[in-house]
Amino acid sequence: MTMKKAMFQEKAQVVSNTAVAQNYYRMSLLSPMVAAEARPGQFIEVQVSQSGEPLLRRPFGVHAVNQRKQTVDILYEVRGKGTQALSEKKPGDFCDILGPLGNGFSIQNARCSILVAGGMGVAPLAYLAEKLARDKFSEQKAKNLVLIGCKTKRHIMCKKELEKFGYAVKISTDDGSLGFKGYVTDLLEKVLRVTRYKLPVTIYACGPKPMLKEVSRIAREKNISAQLSLEEHMACGIGACLGCVVKTTNGYKRVCKDGPVFEAGSLVW
Amino acid sequence: MNPSLATKIGKLCLKNPVMVCSGTFGYGEEFQDFIDLKKLGALVTKTVTLFPRSGNPMPRTCETPAGLLNSIGLENPGLDVFLRDKLGFLKKTGVPIILSVASQGGIDEFIKIVDAVDAVKEIGAIELNISCPNVKPHVEKARHLISQDPQATYDLVRAVRKVTKKSLITKLSPNVTCIGDIALAAETAGSDAVSLINTLTGMSIDVNTRKSKIAAGVAGLSGPAIRPVAVKMVWETSRAVKIPVIGMGGIMDTASALEFFIAGASAVAIGTANFINPGVSIEIIDGIKQYLVENNMNDISLLRGSLQL
Repeated sequence: MTMKKAMFQEKAQVVSNTAVAQNYYRMSLLSPMVAAEARPGQFIEVQVSQSGEPLLRRPFGVHAVNQRKQTVDILYEVRGKGTQALSEKKPGDFCDILGPLGNGFSIQNARCSILVAGGMGVAPLAYLAEKLARDKFSEQKAKNLVLIGCKTKRHIMCKKELEKFGYAVKISTDDGSLGFKGYVTDLLEKVLRVTRYKLPVTIYACGPKPMLKEVSRIAREKNISAQLSLEEHMACGIGACLGCVVKTTNGYKRVCKDGPVFEAGSLVW
Repeated sequence: MNPSLATKIGKLCLKNPVMVCSGTFGYGEEFQDFIDLKKLGALVTKTVTLFPRSGNPMPRTCETPAGLLNSIGLENPGLDVFLRDKLGFLKKTGVPIILSVASQGGIDEFIKIVDAVDAVKEIGAIELNISCPNVKPHVEKARHLISQDPQATYDLVRAVRKVTKKSLITKLSPNVTCIGDIALAAETAGSDAVSLINTLTGMSIDVNTRKSKIAAGVAGLSGPAIRPVAVKMVWETSRAVKIPVIGMGGIMDTASALEFFIAGASAVAIGTANFINPGVSIEIIDGIKQYLVENNMNDISLLRGSLQL
């Protein structure tokens, strides 16, 4: 019984680990097996320390993959002792990683894709954006848009990259320091009122739970298909411990294994 | 020298004494990409109950210093779905299967499950999970878990013993005054082995919201934080009973596994460490072998209870 492996444990060498904004870091890991398999929306579990403190691995959405260099990138905010330890890694250090984990986004052949990112939610969406751009843009006259919502303009990331992929990028900030003042979901409603986004639309969203709940409501009201990537604390990350479940119309499902991407309509808020 | 790691638990013969703990390994499938499952001494399944259980509300886990609090609440698909969808994969792996069972409705449910799997020869033993701290006691108005009462432990084990010839392992709670008394009750009632420790009850509070970090309030603590408690209880229990003791609680590597054998365990089980390193059990099997070679021991049994006092 030989089945093709879908997940790997690798000792990945840190290629780079640099601050990209205040408290935000981008880490590039040399990880040939994970890089070969990772799809947008999947994540990796990183052992940030060998000392046993913190004890558990930390999950990070795949932010970018470079097939030629065999690297997987993550984008993270230093929030606690796990991400603090991670931010101290130097090029040449090794991180034990598991991946790629979970089910990613299912890329739809829609005329219009709207990516909605709240805060760090931009990390996995940037990888999706790149794939969508490569797979879909050329043939069709598809309209594609990314909405990024942040606390202030200092928290905005990936804008230039996304524009380089060919996306229109709209910004919302809580304090109005750049773009639309208010929540990214208010911006989404505004955008959906504009005629040119009345094509068959697919929404892909990642961000905090209250934001995803709102995206889900909007999608339901407008009868739009939406895929939501959930964030959750995890113990194992591979579906064994049942510690990270979410309520769905079909009972509890594991965020790490059955998700982290779910159809908006399947979630019970 | 090629030291023997073979170990017997009741009638169940294991090629090595390293198992994985119930609740930390699902039904094996989740780990198949990371390790060769048939190398394990045995795989103890996620607990199965007669009927499906949806488990406790979120949040269910919380990391603590050197530990992990969990209150999953025995989420499982129930006996029928286990037999239909999960057992087939386990059988194919060739790993000895120990089925962990619990009840929501008294002794009858234990009996029904044990009856239903009696003819499944790949299930080498039954672990009676009478010590999960995250479910309500099985009898309405009962104040204790079965494993917190020697008489209740005796009655349950006795009743199950009457209906099966499979090896029975009784899983004990550390949340008791004298674990040796409970182990003795299980032994007297016919249990072939005891396994310990289940999690220690604990709590962690978010000071901003003043809420427990676990939705259910109280949870069970696992991980290296509880290892000294576990080693001591294994030592105490192995002096109280003659049946094999399966030691567990915060084993992270070879050295911590060896502590349990020296304290008196016949076998060990790896739990929380699987979440950090899915290959850890295999590393420990190899590490034990190497330790025996280095210490000129040709059989793991020579290590058992070798604590120097």
